[in-house]
Amino acid sequence: MLLSRWLWPSLLTLLALSCLLSVSTGPVSISLIDSLSAVMNWATQQNMGNIAPHEQLVINTVRLPRTLLALAVGAILAQCGAVMQGLFRNPLADPGIIGVSSGAALGAAICIVLLPNANALLIPLAAFASGLITTLVVYRLASSPTGTSVVLLLLSGVAIAALAGAGIGVLTYLANDMALRDLTLWQMGSIAGAQWIYVSLSLATLILISWRFRQDAAALNALLLGEAEARHLGIDVDRLKLRLILLCALGVGVSVAATGIIGFIGLVVPHLVRMMLGPDHKQLLPISALLGAALLALADIGARALLPPAELPVGLVTALIGAPFFIFLLLQQRSKLT
Amino acid sequence: MAATSDSNVTAHSAKPHIGHTQLSICQLNVAIGQKTVLRDINVQFKSGAVTALLGPNGAGKSTLLKVLCQEISTPRQHIRLGHRQLTDWPRAELAKSLAVLPQHASLTFPFTVSEVVAMGLYPLTISKKSGEILVANQLAAVGLTSLKNRSYPTLSGGEKQRVQLARVLTQLSQSPFAPILLLDEPTSALDLAQQHKVLELARGLAHQQGYTVIVVLHDLNQAARYSDQLIVLKQGRIVTEGIPAQALSVDTIRQVWDYEPIYVPAPQGGHPLIF
Repeated sequence: MLLSRWLWPSLLTLLALSCLLSVSTGPVSISLIDSLSAVMNWATQQNMGNIAPHEQLVINTVRLPRTLLALAVGAILAQCGAVMQGLFRNPLADPGIIGVSSGAALGAAICIVLLPNANALLIPLAAFASGLITTLVVYRLASSPTGTSVVLLLLSGVAIAALAGAGIGVLTYLANDMALRDLTLWQMGSIAGAQWIYVSLSLATLILISWRFRQDAAALNALLLGEAEARHLGIDVDRLKLRLILLCALGVGVSVAATGIIGFIGLVVPHLVRMMLGPDHKQLLPISALLGAALLALADIGARALLPPAELPVGLVTALIGAPFFIFLLLQQRSKLT
Repeated sequence: MAATSDSNVTAHSAKPHIGHTQLSICQLNVAIGQKTVLRDINVQFKSGAVTALLGPNGAGKSTLLKVLCQEISTPRQHIRLGHRQLTDWPRAELAKSLAVLPQHASLTFPFTVSEVVAMGLYPLTISKKSGEILVANQLAAVGLTSLKNRSYPTLSGGEKQRVQLARVLTQLSQSPFAPILLLDEPTSALDLAQQHKVLELARGLAHQQGYTVIVVLHDLNQAARYSDQLIVLKQGRIVTEGIPAQALSVDTIRQVWDYEPIYVPAPQGGHPLIF
């Protein structure tokens, strides 16, 4: 197909451009060329093309981890959104909307407030565990033999988000000022404080889930026919569902631990890709990963550039783009829902 | 597009070559919870033949079908497929030789017709290129080549059913022996011409390619017309079985459905008409 032929190169170009832009945007202005050489310097551990040491430092310790984290988290969230929509056989499933992100956030918040000196890896672990429980609860609440009911799914999301919100609210009373500021910012989603440890963790998670989702893409297609039909095709449906739920919870848990709640990437990106290429998961998943990465990197540039010198949490930017899109989808689905 | 083969529906297709027993059930009892839904079932399904399962609602037809596709698990030693017990077949291998045409398959997402048929490739080991050829051939076999790029949710009920049939045939294309095809009320959502078209296709598979076709039907006349063997169930038991002209007697209908039929015995083709 013509579309898929130019889609890969154009997406990769978009991705490269948003990376470069992301590395050069910020309070310390660094030109695009200098940014490129600085990244090359970082990659090769050499010093070519006379970059001022302070600029190199900004890039190495602030902007590069931030950019990489945006890419990894964007790619993870977009793929988890696509997989959840397939798994729930429901185009409105999204980790943020159905409450999985909130659930993961509660786990992480408990960790931040109650165990302030804990190992940095304990936060993603807690987020993963509570995200997993949330996914299982939502799945149970909303599923029926023919798939999941949109109404039940969204209502479960509302209920769980309210519960998690209340839990986090209680925690804010227990928190000291330092943790409080963290908690608030982090509930809106921010990539600003990117640390290398989270960059590595997110990249490793991204590689794991992308690899496994690719193996399961054909089975996920067949699952959309119905569970019985998938079983008749020789798929071990129960194991497939469990594996996908685990991987989604892992992806969302790690993302939430690294950046807080960033909504709508998992909703918007797979929908855009389906509009362009159709719903086949073999293409949907890798293309969503690329587009999700590019989109979150761009949203993060927006977060830095919209109100300088102040910086918006990136979750606000994605919500500003994503929420209207969600309303548009609801309008489209309205005839089916009522 | 439904007109291609309907004109010669009344002319009976080639004489069936009923083969050996591929699938047999022996002394099977099935209970769901406290309730026994199938009692003492003994049946042999022959390859190359269409076997229709008939009976009133709740008689156990669909349950029997679910047992055959292992959606309801059964104790070992009651059902034999080919050279081994049904329960001993690995899931993925079974899928190559036994497939189910669902009553109606809805899809939330707009897959194209080709993509839906290609889902049947899942259990096969096949190169991408041969897979594409296979899908194209199966689409041609059900007469839907012209719709291959259409979005599945926009099709009519009859077209969807034929797409599903093409998918199921794709799934069975690498079977090491004549495969088993189960159809669960395949005509329930279709108009008259489409009903005959689907049953015609199913009968062709049995008679020309030796498939063991087992179909759950509600319409006695369709069953009489398209099947080689009838199995009539009531309250989980087999009441009678045999060729349509014998199995569907006035007495049987009265006893099983509690209904007084108008019965026209065997005109031209050899099967009775029941109103």
